[in-house]
Amino acid sequence: MKFRTLSELGELCASSGLSIGRLMLEEQCAESGKQPQDEFAKMAAYYGVMKEAVQRGLTENTTSRSGLTGLDAQRVIAKRQTLEPSLGGPASDAMAYALAVSEVNASMGRIIATPTAGSCGIIPGVFVSTQERFGLPDEELVYALFAAGAIGYVIANNSFVSGAEGGCQAEVGSAIGMAAGALVELRGGTPAQAIHAVGLALKNTLGLICDPVGGLVEIPCIVRNGFGAVTALAAADMALAGVRSVIPSDEVIQVMLEVGSAMPEIHRETAGGGLAQTPTGRKIMDDLKNKKKQAKAKDMGNKAPEGS
Amino acid sequence: MRFKDVFSIIGPSMVGPSSSHTAGAVRIGLVARQLLGVTPDKAEIIFYGSFAATYQGHGTDVAVVSGLLGFATDDRRIPQALDIAEELGVELDFEQGKGLHPHPNTVKLILSAEQPEARKLTLIGTSIGGGNIEIVEVNEFAVKLTGVYPTLVIRHADRPGVIADLTSLLKNESVNIGHMSVDRKGRSGDALTVLELDGAIPAELIERIQATAHVQHVYTVDLSQTEGSS
Repeated sequence: MKFRTLSELGELCASSGLSIGRLMLEEQCAESGKQPQDEFAKMAAYYGVMKEAVQRGLTENTTSRSGLTGLDAQRVIAKRQTLEPSLGGPASDAMAYALAVSEVNASMGRIIATPTAGSCGIIPGVFVSTQERFGLPDEELVYALFAAGAIGYVIANNSFVSGAEGGCQAEVGSAIGMAAGALVELRGGTPAQAIHAVGLALKNTLGLICDPVGGLVEIPCIVRNGFGAVTALAAADMALAGVRSVIPSDEVIQVMLEVGSAMPEIHRETAGGGLAQTPTGRKIMDDLKNKKKQAKAKDMGNKAPEGS
Repeated sequence: MRFKDVFSIIGPSMVGPSSSHTAGAVRIGLVARQLLGVTPDKAEIIFYGSFAATYQGHGTDVAVVSGLLGFATDDRRIPQALDIAEELGVELDFEQGKGLHPHPNTVKLILSAEQPEARKLTLIGTSIGGGNIEIVEVNEFAVKLTGVYPTLVIRHADRPGVIADLTSLLKNESVNIGHMSVDRKGRSGDALTVLELDGAIPAELIERIQATAHVQHVYTVDLSQTEGSS
């Protein structure tokens, strides 16, 4: 890739006149040695999986293996029959779709990691709802995925995208930044505005810790995907209006690295702190362990008669 | 740069719930399977760090075994992998490892197979985020292997000129090396060279490398086709 930072990415777009998404497709082909139509087709297939995951999450049973979560996206949609959402319809769509995909993930369904599985709801939530609302062709959404990928590429190489390394700010936060920047491009904003959106979004997620109850990608991960989709919409709107990230986005990424590195291990996806270690969090963990033990004992019991 | 391209950020297509703990673990299992060459009869799977803390909830155990069975990252059979392994007669043992480990998400695999010939493999893999992996140790040799590129893993004797012979064979086929790591057990002992390549590896080239002086065995690893099969 010819860029290492968001500012270098912005300069390349300015000098070439290309959007971030179109530039990233060119860069991807230079890296892989493949034809643009092949790389585009791969991304288009990924977008297809994302749309399918939204649909499944809104219609199928998404109860997770642990039984702790599922069907919240459908609750949000159902409630709208009787109560106008406080967020407003479009933001409510993005939120519900993000929940839907995240619930499909927790129930071991098929999703696209964007950038991770724990944060897989945010980009589809924002993209699919935006496509429906504005009637955009798939092609534009696929280019926007390349744009999101370019932003994520910079974040991943200069900081981190996994909760185990940098806490939830790295995981959900990166996805929000990627979705926000890509959405600016989808709505006709400039690459420079897209990059401001990344900084605005990331600043708002700094310090977010990874504290998954029982170590599962469920509580609070799923609802954080719902919230994340809404934050991405807000960041994109601010950037499109000309709001700038006064602290340059590349510097925000460095702060994420600093904060994540300083985080104790208990807040980095180990379930050793935060919500995971509240009385209720611990009780859920104990219940899961007991359930597992009982299942194992039952299993042994079933096998025992063989020799006796 | 740890992450090389757009698809290391967007993707993989996978079965949830965690790209590090599930998709990355499938890929580590797949690399191990490719190096072993067959489905193992016995697999000792030792988790470290975050893997050790949360592997059951994330299905990391299921995922590593899926890779050992040759499943893609988005194979719908992943949730049933332990049952499928049992049906195939694969003996599995899971442990939580203690002590130093190279990354928060680390797994050590100790594999053995009897058919079609007795073979063993130990491997340490790390899952570095978003489903991306780095294999850091193979049979106690330090390596760096991502599986993103077609990769040659060559066991050979540590002798002057072996690496020059290998690279000139690649040069003749116009195959470019993207990353290379070499480690040896001791001076003039056994060595392991890992070559990550930009292009596909012709079968004929593998035969020629196999026939090179002091080369003991050539393995290939390639994860580029490990999704979308289901």
